[in-house]
Amino acid sequence: MENAALNIVVLVKYVPDTQFDRHLTGENHRLDRNESILSELDEYALEAALAITDDRGGAKAGNFVTALTLGPASAVAAVKKSLQIGATSGVHVSDEALAGSDAWSTSLALAAAVRTLGPVDLIITGMSSTDGETSLVPTQLAARLGLPAITFASSLELDGTTVTARRDGDDVSEDIQATLPVLVSVTDQANEPRYPNFKGILAAKKKKITTLSLADIGLSADAVGHIGSLTRVDSAAERPARTAGTIITDAGDAGIQLVDFLAAQKLI
Amino acid sequence: MTAIVVFIDQINASGTLHSTSQQLLTLARSAGEAVVVVAGPVSEDLAAELGVHGVARVLHSEQSELADFLIAPKADLVAQVAASVSASAVLLENSPAGKEIAARVGVALNAGVITDAVTVENQGGALLAHKSVLAGSYMVQAQATSAVTVISVKSHSVEARAAAQTVVPVVERIEVTFGPASLGARIIRRTSRTASGRPELEDARIVVAGGRGLDGDFGPVEELADVLGAAVGASRAATDAGWISHAAQVGQTGKKVSPQLYISVGISGAIQQKAGMQTSKVIVAVNKDSESPVFEIADFGIVGDLFKVLPQAVEEIKRRRS
Repeated sequence: MENAALNIVVLVKYVPDTQFDRHLTGENHRLDRNESILSELDEYALEAALAITDDRGGAKAGNFVTALTLGPASAVAAVKKSLQIGATSGVHVSDEALAGSDAWSTSLALAAAVRTLGPVDLIITGMSSTDGETSLVPTQLAARLGLPAITFASSLELDGTTVTARRDGDDVSEDIQATLPVLVSVTDQANEPRYPNFKGILAAKKKKITTLSLADIGLSADAVGHIGSLTRVDSAAERPARTAGTIITDAGDAGIQLVDFLAAQKLI
Repeated sequence: MTAIVVFIDQINASGTLHSTSQQLLTLARSAGEAVVVVAGPVSEDLAAELGVHGVARVLHSEQSELADFLIAPKADLVAQVAASVSASAVLLENSPAGKEIAARVGVALNAGVITDAVTVENQGGALLAHKSVLAGSYMVQAQATSAVTVISVKSHSVEARAAAQTVVPVVERIEVTFGPASLGARIIRRTSRTASGRPELEDARIVVAGGRGLDGDFGPVEELADVLGAAVGASRAATDAGWISHAAQVGQTGKKVSPQLYISVGISGAIQQKAGMQTSKVIVAVNKDSESPVFEIADFGIVGDLFKVLPQAVEEIKRRRS
């Protein structure tokens, strides 16, 4: 039997570049989102989606890879980058009321947005964002949509409508199987993400990005953001930067000096 | 007294109480009455240990779905018990499975979820969680604003203590209803890895971690780890090269550790690595390149050949002990 065309949604997030210092600001201790980029970990999700659709004839064969983001106006940059890498279209959920959403209300809004996209076969996400780093959203999105979830997949294969994935834990590896539709979060071990090429960058300009407001996805402002969230940050303190201590160059006795240091610190 | 649900996984487990669970029970006792939910059997040893921790009530399920499908059935179990005992909080260990259960219980009970808590304090019934964010650059205090609070708690959040009085827990076997989507991701194979006998990375007081500079030979790092009773960690470069299991990776996409002592060996200390270890109490670095960024955060740094420095340190520790 010929494989049917796939409708895949990839969650992408616009996050502050981890190469720079990041800061919490304002009375609600929100993240300063200047110097942001497409989250590195989402590139693995996008690659997983593109590899699967490439196998089935890509966009020409009717396969869709939709890059879905939620965030301020600037977050559309994450969608644009995804389109350059190869996603077929983009969706940007953007509304001022979403600012300050925790995982609970973010997953609520993402679920509502996914429901506007018609029947989805596969949702692929990264293992976590590189800013909040809770890994809660993928599972919560699956729970809200009534989809099985395979989290932290270090490999992902699709055969017909059967998804097989591997999860590598500390003491055990598990092979997991599920039937579409399903949500999968992939780790940075899952693949080698491709880079956008010149052709992809040109092609991206013709691809469609749909912007959805809260009203478009049928949610009220008080269901999300600071008001709708079920957690709050009471206070935040910047940790004093670590400073360099004693640095020595080995003159033949550095191993002994190391032991002296450990003994002085009562660590041995 | 308000019920605080603590989840303990006994599927493919030893039948005893893990130190992290003991810590969760100590926390739960400080905030209310600990009600323990167990996936899998409750052995006599486990029941006795729970009694030592003052647990009067244990609910457990041995339904086969808990073992046959990925995580979601365990979350159904925890959420249904938490609802039935009107729990004000659910405490979980901060493993990937613990966090996933937390996420699902949050949706099921409309409860705020806080992950990666390093300490939890009870302030007049409200549980305040402290956690490190943005790769250890900030500490925040957070709380749930919902009726139920769900927190996944890192190891060593509290020193585990036995209850003032040992009790004999009432162990009740229950059956729960699983959601259709909870039975969608089936575990078709489990492959165990052989245990190293060393402490677990996130539990260890001392971590010795190796990187690119080891050039494929983890021997010196393992020898130093073993004389110190330490866990062995690795940079992403070392795990990507296949020199050691990915489970050993410390960093942004690996384990986040904050031991008393972190010894970084042959690791440059770029941001990916720093994100996993810069909240360690004391950092020691050995690297042949004096320009390595790790020296900017090391309390004691050695510019030198790790293949000379580490064996010498191992010999010196043995000599002083003999």
